Amino acid sequence: MTNLILLPILVPLLAGIILIFFTKNIHLQRWLSGISSLATVVVSAFVLLKVRQDGIQTLALSSWEAPFGITLVSDMLSALLVFMASIISFACLIYSFRSIGEQRERFYYYSIFQFLLVGVNGAFTTGDIFNLFVFFEVMLMSSYVLLVLGGTKIQLRESIKYILVNIISSALFVVAVGYLYSIVGTLNMAHISQRVSEINQPGIITVIAVLFLIVFGLKGAIFPLFFWLPGSYNAPPAPVMAIFGALLTKVGIYSIMRTFTLLFPHDTGYTHQILSVMAILTIITGAIGAIAYWDIKKIIIYNIIVAVGVIAFGISVMSYDSLAGSVFYLIHDMNIKAALFLLVGIMIKITGTSNLRKISGLIAHYPGLGWTYFLAALTVAGIPPLSGFIGKVILVRSGFEEGHYWGAAIVLMSSLLVLFSVMKIFINGFWGEPKDYPEGKKVPVNQLMIAPVLLVIFAIFYGLGIEAVQPYISQAAETLSNPDIYINAVLKE
Amino acid sequence: MEILMAFTIGILFMSATYLMLSKSLLRIIIGTGLLSHGAHLLLLTMAGLKRGAPPLLGEEAASYADPLPQALILTAIVISFGVTSFFLVLAYRAYQELGTDNMDRLRGTEGND
Amino acid sequence: MKINDVILQTATKLVLFVIILFSIHLFFAGHYYPGGGFIGGLMTAAAIVLLLLAFDLKTVAKILPFDFKKVTAIGLLFAVGTGAGALLFDAPFLTHAFTDAYLPLLGKTSLHTAVLFDIGVYLVVIGVTLTIIQTIGESE
Repeated sequence: MTNLILLPILVPLLAGIILIFFTKNIHLQRWLSGISSLATVVVSAFVLLKVRQDGIQTLALSSWEAPFGITLVSDMLSALLVFMASIISFACLIYSFRSIGEQRERFYYYSIFQFLLVGVNGAFTTGDIFNLFVFFEVMLMSSYVLLVLGGTKIQLRESIKYILVNIISSALFVVAVGYLYSIVGTLNMAHISQRVSEINQPGIITVIAVLFLIVFGLKGAIFPLFFWLPGSYNAPPAPVMAIFGALLTKVGIYSIMRTFTLLFPHDTGYTHQILSVMAILTIITGAIGAIAYWDIKKIIIYNIIVAVGVIAFGISVMSYDSLAGSVFYLIHDMNIKAALFLLVGIMIKITGTSNLRKISGLIAHYPGLGWTYFLAALTVAGIPPLSGFIGKVILVRSGFEEGHYWGAAIVLMSSLLVLFSVMKIFINGFWGEPKDYPEGKKVPVNQLMIAPVLLVIFAIFYGLGIEAVQPYISQAAETLSNPDIYINAVLKE
Repeated sequence: MEILMAFTIGILFMSATYLMLSKSLLRIIIGTGLLSHGAHLLLLTMAGLKRGAPPLLGEEAASYADPLPQALILTAIVISFGVTSFFLVLAYRAYQELGTDNMDRLRGTEGND
Repeated sequence: MKINDVILQTATKLVLFVIILFSIHLFFAGHYYPGGGFIGGLMTAAAIVLLLLAFDLKTVAKILPFDFKKVTAIGLLFAVGTGAGALLFDAPFLTHAFTDAYLPLLGKTSLHTAVLFDIGVYLVVIGVTLTIIQTIGESE
C-alpha cells in the first residue's frame, strides 16, 4: 500500500474533523477518539514493521516526485517516534476519559487532542523542511488550545507567554528557512543535505545551523531557551501536561537530531561544540531545578529539561554509539515522562495540592499507586536493568570514547540528582503519617491507574527486552550517522 | 531593490522588537504581527525578486517566476493569521478574566515556593 | 443615541451581492489564474462581515443560520476527503485527476478534482473567519 506511512497522520486528522460534529454527545466522542487512537497505534506499528523489513519508506504527496514536491519519509527514527507518540497519546486519552471533566470535553477537547497527534506524527514523518514548519504549527496551535482550555486564571496567564515565545520562534523558523532556501534552492531535506555537502558547508550555512538550533532549542527547551517551560507546563491538567511533556519538547529534540545529522554534519567542530555546551548547561539547570522545588509538578517538569540535555548531549557527540544512545533514551524518556506526569496527576487528584510539604503517607491507602510510582522513579533515574540505565550507559560510554569527558561525567552525575529528586517525592509523599485530605480517605483511582500502569509496564519491557529492541535502535542510528542512506532512499539515485 | 527590502525588513523587525518589549498586551500582539510580516517579506526577498512567466503552463517564456516562495509565503501568512486571531481573542479573554493587560501584573509568582 | 446608518445599510444591500458574485468568480478562476478557494473564501467572509457591521449579529444569524464551526469542519472534510480519495486508487495522498469535458452551453471546460479541494478551503476560510468575528462580537 503506497500511503501506509501517511496513515498515522491521516487517521487522527479525519477523527479530529469528525469529532467536531459531535461535541454534544460525550460518550460518542470518547468512543470515536478511543477507536481512532487505537487505530493510529495499529497503523504506526505496521509502519514500524514495514520500515524494519524494507528500509526507509517514502511517499511523494500529490505524485510530485522528490525533490519537487513534499515528500514524507519514514526512516527507523521517525517510525519509532511515531509509534511511541501514538501509544502515549492513547494512554493519555484513556486517562482523560476519567479526569478531564465534561466542561472541557464539550469544548472540542478530543478533537484538538487528535489534531495535536496529527502535528506530532506529521513533524516526525515529513522530509521537507517547510512542511516541518507547517506540522510544527499544527501541533502548536493545538497545544495553545489545550493549554488554555478551561480558562482558569493561571492557564490564561501562562498561555499568553507560551504563545508569544512560540510566535517568535516560528518567525525565526521562517527566517531560517528563507536563508537556507536562498543558498541551496531546495526544501527537500535530503536534497538540502546533498547540496550542502556539495558546497562543503561554508560559514553562512553554519550561521543558519545556529539559527535552526535557536528555533528548535526554543521548542525543545534547551538552556538558555527553556525559561518558558516550567511556567507553561505547570498550568494545564494532568493528561495535557503529560502529552506536552512527553511529546512537544521531544519534537524539538527530534528536529535538532534530524537537522544536525542530516543537513549540517560538516562543521561539527563549531555547531556541535555549541550544542554540547548547551546540553551540559541544560542538564545542570534541570537538575538544580528538580532538586530545589517542593512542587511535585515542577520537579517532574525540571526532569524533562534534564532529559532534553542528556539527549542533546548524545547528538552533540555525533558518533554511531552516541546517536544510538540518544534514540534509545529519547524513546525511554517519552514513555516514562508521560507515566510520571499521569501518576503525579493522580497524586494531585487525591490530595488536592501539588505542594510536597502538604502530602504524606499516601502509600497507606494507595499501595498500587505508590509502587507504580516507585518503579517509574527507578526507571527514570536509570537503575539497572531498567531502560533509563541502558540508554545512559550507551551515551556515557560513547562520550568517554569520543573524548567528551566532562559531558559524560555530568550525564552520570545527573542520574544521581534525578534519582534524588524523584525519590524526594516518594519518600515525602508516600511514606510518613497518612494525612486527611479534603477529598476524603478513598478517592477512586483504579480507572485512572490503567494508563500509567500500561506505560510503566511498557517501560519495563523496553528495558528488559533490550535484545529485541536493539536492532530497531541500531537501524535508526545507522541512518542518522550515515546521511547517504537517507539521501539515496529519498532521491532514489 | 533587494537593498531597499533589506532595510524595510530591518525596520519591521526593529519595530516588532520594540513593541514586543512593551508592557501592554495589545502592543505585544501588534509586535508579533509586524514580526511575522518581516519574516514573510524576508522569505520573499531571499528567494530572489524577479519577474517571469508562471511556470508549468507554457514552455516559451524567456524566464519563469519561482512559484515556491509564493506558496511558502501564503502558507506562512495563513498560519500567522490564525495564530494572531487566536492570540487576540485570548488577550481579550485574559483581559476580562484577569482585569489587566499589563504584562508586569501577569507574572506567575503565586505558589512558586 | 441612535446611530444613523441608513447609507451603510442601503449600500450594503446592493454591494453585498456584487462582492459575493465576485468572490465566486475568483474562486473558479483559481486554478489557472490568480484566485482560488482561499481568496474567494476571504472575500465572501468579508462580505458577511460587512453585513455584520451594517446590521448586527442577530440579523446575520437569522439570515445565515449555520454554526460556522461546523462549516469549518465540513470544509476540512471536503479538503481531506479529496486528498484521501487518492487512497482508493492506491495513488499518493492528494493526487488529483482532471479531464477536459465538452459541456452544453459552456463548451470546453476542464474538470478538476482540485476544485473539490478548493471548495473545502473556501468553506474553512469562511467558517474560521466568521467564528473569530462572532467570538469577539458575542461577548459585547
